[in-house]
Amino acid sequence: MADAAAVETDDVDEEIELSALDDDDLVAQMHDDLYDGLGPEIVEGTELLLGRGWGADKVLNEALVEAMRIVGIDFRDGILFVPEVLLAANAMKAGMEILRPLLAETGAEPMGKIVIGTVKGDIHDIGKNLVGMMLEGAGFEVVDLGINTDVDEFLEALDAHRPDILGMSALLTTTMPYMKVVIDTLIEQGLREDYLVIVGGAPLNQEFGEAVGADAYCRDAAVAAETATDLIRARRAAA
Amino acid sequence: MSAAAPVAPERVLVLACGALINELQAIVGRHALDHVDVECLPAKLHNRPALIAGAVRDRIARLRDGGRSYQRILLGYADCGTAGALDDLCAEFSARASQGDAPEITRVPGAHCYEFFATAHRFAELSEAEPATFYLTDYLARHFELLVWKGLGIADHPELAEMYFGNYRRVVLLTQTPHGDERARIETCARAGAERLGLPLDIVETGYGELETAVTEIGVPNPNAMPIQLDAPRRSHEDQVPA
Repeated sequence: MADAAAVETDDVDEEIELSALDDDDLVAQMHDDLYDGLGPEIVEGTELLLGRGWGADKVLNEALVEAMRIVGIDFRDGILFVPEVLLAANAMKAGMEILRPLLAETGAEPMGKIVIGTVKGDIHDIGKNLVGMMLEGAGFEVVDLGINTDVDEFLEALDAHRPDILGMSALLTTTMPYMKVVIDTLIEQGLREDYLVIVGGAPLNQEFGEAVGADAYCRDAAVAAETATDLIRARRAAA
Repeated sequence: MSAAAPVAPERVLVLACGALINELQAIVGRHALDHVDVECLPAKLHNRPALIAGAVRDRIARLRDGGRSYQRILLGYADCGTAGALDDLCAEFSARASQGDAPEITRVPGAHCYEFFATAHRFAELSEAEPATFYLTDYLARHFELLVWKGLGIADHPELAEMYFGNYRRVVLLTQTPHGDERARIETCARAGAERLGLPLDIVETGYGELETAVTEIGVPNPNAMPIQLDAPRRSHEDQVPA
């Protein structure tokens, strides 16, 4: 029994008391916790920073978005894989749920508005949902049309929400050509110049993005948020 | 005047996903393609498609360094989520092959093994009938627990199941096995997997589809090939079972 107890004690990880950490160490620990998909720890860290007088946008950007950006890089580099990214996204979501109402209260002007959706015939939304989360983290108002979205639904949403950007996602080689259907329809209806268009999804690449006439191909969720921000800024600077 | 010695056919290589080893052995046996070597990479790359092209490249180099060079190689992969990386690899080797310093490499057509087993036309029909379909092959059905449930992290984090499979409405087993006890066993595995996902199961018998076509095509002796010294046929089993 004594041996078993000793083993049990040895196996217990050293608990880190988040409240005992100063701001810099707490943010660094939150980066680790989000990377490891530890939702409750992210909730606790978020509440601690808010309690110390941090603004919601600062918590979002410095603790959550930065951590998710690192997750995105390691996913791109083959260090993390989909399960780990999903767990990290869930942790970020837990923190976002605390911050979202606070961000709304500030009345801060969003970076821009984007309509996103997975194209017709495709029901895969893991990547799109990550993109939505990262865009929200980057200050965008996100209108998510969900999965299996046909051209009429995209056009109705553009008309109803008047976004700056349209984002389309596809996981299948059989469904990604539908992006061109949507873009060609925008061109036919004289609407193409009204919107920036970004595309993404596992089977896509830069050449495909150019071939279908998108403004940008985004290889992952973090890049999508960065690209959307850059495109908006460039358009506004040119206006 | 002595009779000319028979010229051995050029050896060709099928370098494939470990999930296809049983089917490839069956095809090679069925068509008596004794000059076709089969090598497999780990089936777990199915869940790590970004690593497939690099693994293919490394294995070809390893074989070459071990004295096994080929003029023609068939990759037993479709695109398999590599976003064109396998096509890029094939194009690169083909360009070098024209200079004579690399094998000619092709791959099985299609987006993934579901498509080449079912054949493109039939797979399009299945997808159109229900886009929200999660497909299993015999191998994936047999190894559902390891490759799907554990491989996607659901065993440790059940909350991920909804994120992965929340949009699906059915499972389709594309079976390569026409009948017998093994077919019954595969169906049982597929049914158990579908139940775990909370989805109905449909079963579609496909045979080996376009995989068989591709293997038999590359198995046709190349009349321009230089005769090479033969040794024992090589069929690697090392990567059949996912680690």
